[in-house]
Formats: sequence, C-alpha cells, structure tokens
Amino acid sequence: MKSSVITFPGSNCDRDMDVALKKFGFQNKMVWHNDIDLPKSDLVVLPGGFSYGDYLRCGSMASKSKIMKSVINFANSGGMVMGICNGFQILVETGMLPGVLLRNKYLEFICKNVFVKIKNKQNIFFKNIDNEILELHIAHNEGNFFCTNDQLKEINDNEQIAINYCNENGKIEDQFNPNGSIENIAGILNKKKNVLGMMPHPERMIDKYLSGEDGSLFFNNLINNIK
Amino acid sequence: MIVNEKVALEHGLKKDEYKKICELLERTPNITELGIFSAMWNEHCSYKSSRLHLKNLPTKGKQVIQGPGENAGVVDIGDNDAIVFKIESHNHPSFIEPYQGAATGVGGIMRDIFTMGARPIANLNSIHFGSPQHKKTKNLLRGVVHGIGGYGNCMGIPTLAGQTSFDSSYNGNILVNAMTLGLVKKDKIFYSKAAGLNKPVIYVGSKTGRDGIHGASMASASFDEKIEEKKPTVQVGDPFTEKLLLEACLELMSGDSIIAIQDMGAAGLTSSSIEMASKGNLGIEINLNNVPTRETLMTPYEIMLSESQERMLIVLENGKEEEAKKIFDKWDLDFAIIGKTTKSKKIELFFDNNKVADIPVNILVENSPMYDRKWKKAKLPKKIKIKKKEINNLKIVDVLKKILSNPNVCSKEWIWQQYDHTVMGDTIQKPGGDSGVVRVHGTNKAVAATVDSSAVYCWAHPLTGGKQVVCESFRNLVSVGAKPIAITNCLNFGSPENEENMGEFVECVKGIGEASAYLKFPVVSGNVSFYNQTKEVGIKPTPAIGGVGLIKDYQKMITMDLKKVDNIVLVIGKTEGHIDQSIFARNILDEKNGPPPEVNLFNEKNNGETLLKLIDAELVESAHDVSLGGIITSVSKMCIKGNKGLNLKKPKYLISDIEYFFSEDQGRYLIEITKENYKKVIDILNKNAVHFDELGIINEDQLYIDEKSKITIDELKSSNTTWLNNYMSN
Repeated sequence: MKSSVITFPGSNCDRDMDVALKKFGFQNKMVWHNDIDLPKSDLVVLPGGFSYGDYLRCGSMASKSKIMKSVINFANSGGMVMGICNGFQILVETGMLPGVLLRNKYLEFICKNVFVKIKNKQNIFFKNIDNEILELHIAHNEGNFFCTNDQLKEINDNEQIAINYCNENGKIEDQFNPNGSIENIAGILNKKKNVLGMMPHPERMIDKYLSGEDGSLFFNNLINNIK
Repeated sequence: MIVNEKVALEHGLKKDEYKKICELLERTPNITELGIFSAMWNEHCSYKSSRLHLKNLPTKGKQVIQGPGENAGVVDIGDNDAIVFKIESHNHPSFIEPYQGAATGVGGIMRDIFTMGARPIANLNSIHFGSPQHKKTKNLLRGVVHGIGGYGNCMGIPTLAGQTSFDSSYNGNILVNAMTLGLVKKDKIFYSKAAGLNKPVIYVGSKTGRDGIHGASMASASFDEKIEEKKPTVQVGDPFTEKLLLEACLELMSGDSIIAIQDMGAAGLTSSSIEMASKGNLGIEINLNNVPTRETLMTPYEIMLSESQERMLIVLENGKEEEAKKIFDKWDLDFAIIGKTTKSKKIELFFDNNKVADIPVNILVENSPMYDRKWKKAKLPKKIKIKKKEINNLKIVDVLKKILSNPNVCSKEWIWQQYDHTVMGDTIQKPGGDSGVVRVHGTNKAVAATVDSSAVYCWAHPLTGGKQVVCESFRNLVSVGAKPIAITNCLNFGSPENEENMGEFVECVKGIGEASAYLKFPVVSGNVSFYNQTKEVGIKPTPAIGGVGLIKDYQKMITMDLKKVDNIVLVIGKTEGHIDQSIFARNILDEKNGPPPEVNLFNEKNNGETLLKLIDAELVESAHDVSLGGIITSVSKMCIKGNKGLNLKKPKYLISDIEYFFSEDQGRYLIEITKENYKKVIDILNKNAVHFDELGIINEDQLYIDEKSKITIDELKSSNTTWLNNYMSN
C-alpha cells in the first residue's frame, strides 16, 4: 500500500507520521508542498504542525499550497485523504470538510491523552475496529470544532461524525470535552467518507513505551481496510 | 554623534573601562565601535565577574567531546551518537515582557544546539516566580508558560521536564532558564571557529530589525522603577522562521560546505562575527549594506547591536555559495554574502563605502575586563532547636496534606499540559517524573534529562547548596535508571558588585565543582546571569543544574508510580532527621533559619551507583528520590501516580515521627521491589554498605501511617493537584 505525507513549511509531525505509516506496512513518500503532482498513492496524509506558523487562521495558508490542488483532485476522484491536527485544520480551510476549528475554549494549548468513541464505523478508516473507544493523544491550541446549525444538521444527517471525545466508559459529556467542540466532535468525515479530519494524533501511540497503543490499532486496521 | 565618557557610561560601561578602550585603540572610538565594546564587555557576554571562578569547574571526562566555550557542550553516548546540550537564562526580558522574553529564551537555546549540527530532541525549563500573593506573579506565570509553549510547540520539539518555584525573593526578578538537548552524529559536529582566508561570510535567516538593541546590556543591569521603558530591548520571536532555519541549516550541514557557523544570539551580529574571528585567529570584513534589514534607514550601530531573532552567520567554503543559496531559497529564508575572512585580525565594517569600525579582535576578546570581585564567605548557620512539644501535637496527615498542596511541591500539570511533550514520537517519560526521557530515535538507547535548583539551601549556605543541587540532579537521573553523564549550569545571582551576592556566587560554584568532580559528572556548558535584583535587593542564589544521563536499554527505564499491591517499599540512604530549611520547617513551623541538610558525597555516589546496579539487574519496580517534604511526601507522590496505597511503618529510630517523615536528609531514594526479589536486593545493598529501611507494603488505595492514621489516595491527589489549577483559574 502506498501513502504520501505532505510536508508544508512548519509541519512538525511529518516525520512521526512517516515512521508510523512505515511501521504498519505502508510504502510512504514525503511530498513537498511546492510540488505539483502527487506520487501514486492509496492514502494521502496532511500531518500536524504549524504550517506557515499558523499566523493567519490555522491551515489557511497551507490550503492554498500548490500541492493542494492535486490533493483535492485526488479526493474528488475518491482517493483517501486523512488530516491530523493541523492537517484537519487545512482540510477544513480547503472546504473538503465542513466547519471551522476555533481556539480551545480555555484559550490554552492542551497536550494529553483523551478517550474518543467511534461514532461511525461505516467508512474505510474505522470499519472492522473491534473497540468502541480509543485512547488517543491530543496536542493543539485550535481544536474547538464549530459550525452553523444547518451544517451540524447536515453533518449528523449524513453520519459524518467520525469520533467524539468521551470518558473511558464511552460517556460523551461536556466534562470530557477538552476544547469546547460542538457535540464533543473530535473528528469528521466528508459526505463520501473518503476524507477524514481529526484532532487526535494516532501516530504518537504506536508502541507500549509511548503514551499508549491505540494508535497501533488504528493503523493496523487502516492498512487492512485499504488492502 | 560625539563619543565621550558620558556616552560610554550611558552604554553601561564603567569609567575605567572606557579609559581602557581609548588606550587600547589609541584613539576615541566612534559610536558604532563604542556600541560594539559595550555589547562585548557587558557582564552577559564577557563573564567579567565570573570567569575567574568558573575556570575551576571540572569540565573534562571520558564522555566529554566538547566542554564550555562553544555554543553548547557535547557528550558521547556511544555508536557514533552524541548529545549536545546547554541551559541559558532569559530572566530580564521575561520580567519585562513575559511571553516574548520566555519564547525567545527557548528559541535562543535551540539555536545554540542546532548551530552545532544537532537536531533538538528535548526542551526543559527552570522557571521561578515571586510569591503567589504578589500582584504580578499570576500574569508573569501565565505569560512565561504561554511563551515557552508558543515557541517550543511550534518548533515541534517536546518539552520534556522542568521545575517551577515560588519565592518572594523573585517578586521583582523572575527567572526563566531554558535548556535544550540535541542529537548529532559524532563526526558531524559543527563549531564556530572560522578558518581560511577570503572565505565568504554568509548571513541567513530573518531580516535584521530594530528589536532587541542593547538586550545584552539590559540583561547586565539591575531593575528600577523605569523598567517599563526597557520594553523595546526585548526581542520578538518567530518560531515558524526558526523551524525553517533549523531545517535549512541541517540540510546544508548534511553536505560539506560549512567551515564555521554561529548563531546570532546576545549582541547579535557583533558577538557572532567577533567570536568566529577570534576563535579562528582571523579578521572579518563586513559590508553592512548587504545585511538584509527589515526597516529602512538602519544605521551601522543599529545593525550591529540588533538582537533580532532567528539569524545565523556562516563561513562557507569558496564556490559553495550557489549550492547553499538554493537550500535557503527553498525554505524562503534570506541568504546574503555580507563579507569575508581576512588576515588583518581585525573586525572591519563598511557602510555606504565608508569604514565605520576598525577594531583588532583581540582587544575585544582577550583584553576584555576581568574582575576579582570582593566577596564574603558565608558562615554555616547554627542548628535550630525544634521544640519537640510543638511538633508532637501535629497530626501527620494534616501536615502532609498541607505540604502536598504547597506551591513548591504541588503538581505542575497545569503548566506542562500546555507544552507539547509527545511530538517526535519518542517520549517515554513525560513531565512530572524524576527526569524526562526520550528515546534516541531508531535505537535501544534513551536519554534522560532533568533540571533542578534549591535556592533555599543555597541561600542558607551556598557551599552546601551548590553541592546539593548537583547531587539532586544525579539522583533524578539515577531514579529513572539513567547513568548520569554531565551537567550544564545556569547561575542566577544578584549583583556581583555586592560582596554578599558575590560570595554566594563564589561558594555555590565551589560547591557545584566539588560535587561534580566527586560524582564524575562534569560541567560541559552553562551561562551566568547576574544583576537579578531590583534596586538593592537580590534574589536568593539560584544555580540551576541541567543533568543528562543515558539509559542503554530503554526497556529498563524506571518510573515512580507504584506498580503492584503487596510489593515492598524500601528507603535507601540514612534518615538523620534534618529538619532545618526543610519545607516542613519553613511552611509548617515558619522557621526560616538553620543550616541546609548536609551533603555526603560518598553516600550520594555509593547509594546512586548501587541503585543503578539494582535497576540493571531488573530488581526494581519503581523508584523516586526523596527531596522536598521528605519521605512521606515523596512516597505520597508514588502512591498518587500509581493509584495505590501503602501500609507505612516508621522504623524504630530515635528520631520522632515528624523528623523521620518530613526531614530532608540527602542521598535517599524510595524503591519498590517484589517479595521474591527481597533477599537479592538486601544482599546487594548490604554488600555495598548502603543503609536502608523497610518502609511498608503496598495496598489498594490508602496510605496508613503506623496504623495510627490514614488517608485515601484520592485525598492525597486532590491536595496535590488543586492548588495550581485554582490559583490560575481565579
């Protein structure tokens, strides 16, 4: 299986993603933001970081990068695209995913483990995962998902919510929401379910010596689903 | 502008220093030259009050590749891998403008590391604030934490560990010390020594602006009520540009075109160019019109003294200019050939076709002032007689709760949760433990790092305090199973012109030297920050020690959380009951006098090395050193982290319960072992003549104290975690 990770100026989880994808069997290529063409890929990943310093709205500069035209075309033709953290922010800025990501409710960067409940398993990213709940890691300043009421209705009607913040028992409540996201949304899909954006970093949870191993579950499942 | 003595004094130079400049130059300097002298001869850059004493520190060792004198120290960790590390202060700017001051402190130290060719792999910090009740403290703490996070998070380097304290002596002078570790191949280390004639001198990175002019001079003076006026001397950080600079520099370094490289830190272009010329015993000629500037009409004086961030100076091999430029173009960074190396051994600056400065390099460097300041030796204070009656009435559980919620003991999660500590995917021990630990990417090795200081002990008796901090650093590394390798120090003191403050400096340095020599834990880099005082009042002496150690097999790393019910907890090291200067004495008895706990270097070394043997033999389940608050505070933290309780029994000692549980005797650790390994462990401890006590057996969820009183782990946790959260949310 072939994957591509895009490096924007200021990306800083690009290497971590490369390590994770390779560990679980992807043949991964790093792609520079100024390139025009994507290499042949089964999966394209927009990694975390601070593209262009995030001095403007997070992800907005990167969404106009040269390579993004190809990424958008790739997604429109059904290709799988995944944006993690800053990558999620970029996907939202391109319009590939609905909504926006605001600053965290308490106006502080948060780096910690959280639990998420998988809301939708009818997609290539999460189908066949046995667990209902995953322990993942977040590290962000702008992960507060927000959208209009109409958008929210559409997201729900189309079953686009991928994962919600919850506690270890899967309870989705305000107190387990780390950043103020609407309906505890931690990750969403596009209508066709081939584009996923999420704040948690599965690539930081890929062996038992790290913060946890549920990232391994995610990647293992991902590569099996693509095969 | 005419230069005279008055102008020189306004630049922070002393009368006799100005006289010396005129004599050495055999003429009056022009304003640009005067600016250069003031930047090079201030305390921050010249170490004029400290050099004499620093040279006595032990700086050599089997694993030391580079000691003090370069951008950072370098130690060998085997397999052609080396760790580059250093700690640096950014105290003055952080008090004036906490966000930018702290952010650029972090940015500056990371540049020091990647200048040497190393990719930064961990950041640490030691931050100290005034009393929590002081009106500025909360905003300063928030600003500094946001600044450290803002820079480090954007760079994508994990902030791995740190230390935060509160003390009213920092009310008018907070301390912000930042430390970075980088990983480099031993045969790919870059140095700042220029070599060869007519080699192009290259400027890369951000453009030069008017920010930070005289920053280093500001950092060499005391504060007064006009401090707000100094805001423009604080630099403004741009972590995004630094991230690009990091990647571009490492890309260029993978080739063979660089002869020397130096970051522009304190005193900017001035100190970087002079340093490279001085080390190479060469001259440098610079055309200032070629320096990329952010603002128009900048004068040579401003260009030379600007402390704009994210800039580097490189001496390249001839003919490599195009190749290098391509890399910096790719990363959208400025690249300019601004001069060349010469045989003149002078720094010669040109602007609009005029020569605007012409100074022999050795005058600026070797002839810079060095002072043998007067200093006063501190007496060891007399022991305080504690009224037994007073302490026997205290309930241990109540005292424990109070100590766990003390601002200097409580959990600092509110702080470190704002730092990305897991990026790079190799963090195997997060903040909140004895040391932070990261794996050496792609190997079985891991590097542990800690930063420590004990201002109260140093204040009570500087010599003992200096020794103690080094020992604490040693213990924090040992506790995670790392073999201590070397240290870096950040020496924060009041005014060297005050005999008592100078005495504190001299004796702390002596103590650091003694301990580091004995423990074979050499000092490989560091920084001195004097004048941490407002008007006449200096801070408590606060040498911060950054320690680095190696874990050969990261699967053997130890954490402090209690692991299993029915396991046994031992105390390693002897408890004498030293209460003076303990958190118990200061916060429960309100007794601030007396000597700090004695440091026995033999025991420190022996206890630490024996524990490493136990860990290596895989006989230890968890470990934690005994520090602030004594045995019971330390064991409570192990309980909290592991979510387990303990049936704690005080051994039959002559000292009282309070003395046993709360004293801060040195050289002690708590370890958890299984019943099966008990005999093996005891044998090794006995064979090495290490004193130990059996403290108790682990249970599900309660801390029982001699079956007389008990407290649940949830209660301990809430005592430990609520203070800082409440303080910051009110």
